Amino acid sequence: MANLAGVSSTLLEAAFFLYLAATFLFGGSIRQKGLRDGEGLNRWGRLGILVTIIGFAAQLGYFFTRWAAAGHAPVSNLFEFTTFFGMMIVGAFILLFFIYKTAVLGLFALPVALIIIAYASMFPSEISPLIPALQSHWLAIHVTTAAAGQGILAISFIAGMIYLVKNIDQTKSTKKTRWLEAVMFFIVSVVAFILLTTGFTLSGYKSEFEYVNKEDQAASQEFGLPALVGPNEGTLLTEGKMEPLAEMPAFINAKKLNTVIWSLVGGIVLYMLIRLITRRRVAALLQPLVRNVSSDLLDEIGYRSVLIGFPVFALGALIFAMIWAQIAWTRFWGWDPKEVWALITFLFYAAFLHLRLSKGWHGEKSAWLAVVGFGIIMFNLVAVNLVIAGLHSYA
Amino acid sequence: MEKKKKRLVMRTAILAVLAGLVMYTLYTNVTKESRGILEEGDEAPDFVLKDVNGQTHQLSDYKGRGVFLNFWGTWCEPCKKEMPHMEKLAKEYKGQVEIVAVNVGESDFQVENFAKQYGLTFPMAIDTGKEVMDTYGVDPLPTTFMIKPDGTIDQIVIGGLVQEEQVRALFERVKPSS
Amino acid sequence: MGKVKCECGRVNPNGTILCESCGRALTEKAKQDKLVDMRYEGSARRSQTYNKTLIDKVWNFFSSVKVGIWIIVLLLVAASFGTILPQEFYIPSNVPPETYYEDVYGTFGKLYYLIGFHDLYNSLWFSALVAALGVSLVIASLDRVVPLYRALKNQRVDRHETFMKKQRLFAEREGTLQRAEWQRVKEALEKKKYKVRMENGALLAEKNRFTRWGPYVNHVGLIIFLLGALLRSVPGMYIDELLWIREGETLQVPGTNGEYYVKNNGFTLENYQAGEDPEVFNEAINRVGTVAKNYQTDAVLYKNENNELPGASPKLEEVQRDAIQVNQPMKFGQFAVYQTSFRQDEMKAMHFALTNKETGEEFGEIVVDLFDQQASYDLGGGYKVELLGYYPDFDGFTQEGEPTSKSPLPNNPAFLFNMITPQTPEGEVSFAQIRNTMEPLGETTFKMAFKSLDTRDVSALTIRKDLTLPVLAAGGLIFMIGVIQGSYWNHRRLWVREKNGQVYAAGHTNKNWHGLKRDIEAVLEGTTIPRPEDRQKE
Repeated sequence: MANLAGVSSTLLEAAFFLYLAATFLFGGSIRQKGLRDGEGLNRWGRLGILVTIIGFAAQLGYFFTRWAAAGHAPVSNLFEFTTFFGMMIVGAFILLFFIYKTAVLGLFALPVALIIIAYASMFPSEISPLIPALQSHWLAIHVTTAAAGQGILAISFIAGMIYLVKNIDQTKSTKKTRWLEAVMFFIVSVVAFILLTTGFTLSGYKSEFEYVNKEDQAASQEFGLPALVGPNEGTLLTEGKMEPLAEMPAFINAKKLNTVIWSLVGGIVLYMLIRLITRRRVAALLQPLVRNVSSDLLDEIGYRSVLIGFPVFALGALIFAMIWAQIAWTRFWGWDPKEVWALITFLFYAAFLHLRLSKGWHGEKSAWLAVVGFGIIMFNLVAVNLVIAGLHSYA
Repeated sequence: MEKKKKRLVMRTAILAVLAGLVMYTLYTNVTKESRGILEEGDEAPDFVLKDVNGQTHQLSDYKGRGVFLNFWGTWCEPCKKEMPHMEKLAKEYKGQVEIVAVNVGESDFQVENFAKQYGLTFPMAIDTGKEVMDTYGVDPLPTTFMIKPDGTIDQIVIGGLVQEEQVRALFERVKPSS
Repeated sequence: MGKVKCECGRVNPNGTILCESCGRALTEKAKQDKLVDMRYEGSARRSQTYNKTLIDKVWNFFSSVKVGIWIIVLLLVAASFGTILPQEFYIPSNVPPETYYEDVYGTFGKLYYLIGFHDLYNSLWFSALVAALGVSLVIASLDRVVPLYRALKNQRVDRHETFMKKQRLFAEREGTLQRAEWQRVKEALEKKKYKVRMENGALLAEKNRFTRWGPYVNHVGLIIFLLGALLRSVPGMYIDELLWIREGETLQVPGTNGEYYVKNNGFTLENYQAGEDPEVFNEAINRVGTVAKNYQTDAVLYKNENNELPGASPKLEEVQRDAIQVNQPMKFGQFAVYQTSFRQDEMKAMHFALTNKETGEEFGEIVVDLFDQQASYDLGGGYKVELLGYYPDFDGFTQEGEPTSKSPLPNNPAFLFNMITPQTPEGEVSFAQIRNTMEPLGETTFKMAFKSLDTRDVSALTIRKDLTLPVLAAGGLIFMIGVIQGSYWNHRRLWVREKNGQVYAAGHTNKNWHGLKRDIEAVLEGTTIPRPEDRQKE
């Protein structure tokens, strides 16, 4: 059994590197010649999608071997869910690639999936047994459907990003360029978080604190990053490690805030480095890659992926969720933060679909909306699980 | 013009239905908390309970007399305070107003011990399964239901009765007029 | 007034933008537009035609998609506020919310409570927003589906050339078409599952019209869902009760009016064990510590055959036995019983030994059932213990020196014993607790020494009846059907017309232009029909 788990991890790593390779192949396909809709794919593009599909198959292999090893669908903790979400983004990309044959989509979708899978591996990745509330077939049904919906919706974000990178005038600094840079900065910060966490983990950094928690009880916390901020009335137990610069009140989780601060600082450093070395905005750096794609097609892809993803999301994140909640938690709806944010996501995309009926909401505005929508999805994945306490925070 | 009128009627009707539904939603939302099970003027639900001596007491047996239906517990301080007043007036109003003191499911020993300690002679019924308590929707203790000779609830008193005069006033209200 | 007659002879409702029949532009604005606005087929949306009485104004307000979007946005923003801090029903139930928010979250928490965000989803204004959404759904749908239906039903095969010229996909050329070409296109279209109609040198191919009804079907589903939610407040539709039941107890099932009783035959809590459970879990178990595996109440359900009067001794008939677990509620009739919570090791009985303080000699042991005490316990040989008082949740003495209990639950049991022995026939009074004995009436020779404790678990079961579930399920199902119907197909049309030595071709779809273009390319292959071009491209 342990062997199966080992095979599973290897397959996941294989998938990661295959996606990475496919990204470069898609990059090659862009450089070769202008690829407009209606035209055929070139050799690089064909190779790119082939490698993507092999990677996807490897990740499916990871998923099912892990399922076999654990005895339950591997979507039961943050590592497993986030990994699965990354896989669904790739799956959704493959689906839309075959509809629209647009290689540039892969050039952006795969890096996003890569970052998400790398982010997933920052969480404890061992196979964990299911607590009673999760022991149900609805775990597999609800979570996979919801993640598939989110994955498809994420493609609208990718298409929107490409649209914005292509169409926002980078010759001068405007509100639009600044907002787009803010999105880029956010992505850079996630990368910084991954690099920092990996770095400190490899170096074996650990510092333990004893502190007084929200319920006025003594508790302990282990920091994997040097503590810039420390817990409420905390004392450092590990010798020779950094003393916190500031102490947080009890209701703030100092460890998580510390991670956020590190990520932001790392993000700023990394982002500034890029800006200083290249002397250009990140979006401006990406602009040449997307020059050849049709804006109209991007708008269409963005809209289409919302159309495809919205019903899947509604089914998985609301309807299946309600059925399971009725069975496990005695009520189909209880205003748990995760439930509320699923509803917010649903309402947001409902508003998006209605706005598409109005004139003037196609193209750029639509692309911005897709970015906001993905922001909500990520908020629900990251913040609601880690920051807001609720029934779903099983991390 | 005919058509336009018809349309207006149609719209008015649909809006009226919707407005009705909305009002109902908001109404239930506002009154959610105040909707108790029993109100003054309601028929007091009949019940039957055994007392510590094994004797059964059925509420409907007291028709024609007023009933002072008191829910209490041995740990409850205000209950201890009002019991002596009840004892005194139970004797005074014998045959007119009866006291039924329903203990909310404690042991026979505790109830007997309590009665002995405070010298209480009126019937102490024990609601072992808390069914009567549920039926009457009793939340804080003590709660007293004053039941008129015709079996309807005259008054619901939540909380302890400190003064003898308060208890007397309640007795006066439900005693048979003849 | 009230009707617009088109040149083609069709009489259209007032407010129509494009003639229902031939498609000519009827309004000045539509005549000047480069591309025609095909939303709702240019039909007269009823709301926009009259704006006179208050009723019409209210109607028009809720009919607007813009207003609908605003309601959605307000709702989602409002909903997000409720997740900033935990809602009232998620905070510990033993602390009052007035102080909890301030104590834990400081001034911000106090403010949050004062604004009423601690119970946002039950607030009047939030309900009003949801209600507004419901009203908007009804009116906006009604206002659009009828004219759209009319327009699609009445559309003619031979649309006016101005209509075709203003389509997003359009092309024209001089000349005529061969019979064989018409036939070829028709066959190609039919192969692609288009419904083809041909009249007067014109062709209309149409596919998937049903998808246009998707939005209205899903709105109907949502309305049914909201009505289902509303139904909950109707008396008798919904019951939600919590029952704490100790091991061995048989209690009435709340909400069933004494008809059912349930017995707790035992509560089980299992944790995962490294070594016993699959090896792959070891790492996680070792890192996290305890991971719960199972919460279970073995329950027996009885029906009470003597249920006329509350309080009457029940006559119980067993109905069923069930192991109630999380995710596996016990169901009977319209009810479901869920494993919700538990409390382990509640005190059930205490063992005391009558002991000589000096010699430590014991003269027998008594067992006091905390739920059913005896007035006296005879130990034989002249030794006897009388119980003078029992304080299940002892919390001190009154000024008169009387012990008090703060609740009926045996959280901190204390006893006042009178110990009668041959040496002390008058009795000695001892006040006994688990770890402590006191001698309130002077020093004693004997004491009641605490020996041991019997405990049992208490299980919390949720009893729920929800007759609104079928309505909600129907609403959800209809919503899903509608949303799939509207999203996964598109309504595609192709017009070809030959008139006065010109050949026109135009195409329209409600979404996915890419797919329509591919269809057109395929079906026009091998004909001289001009290939419609996308005129919205940059």
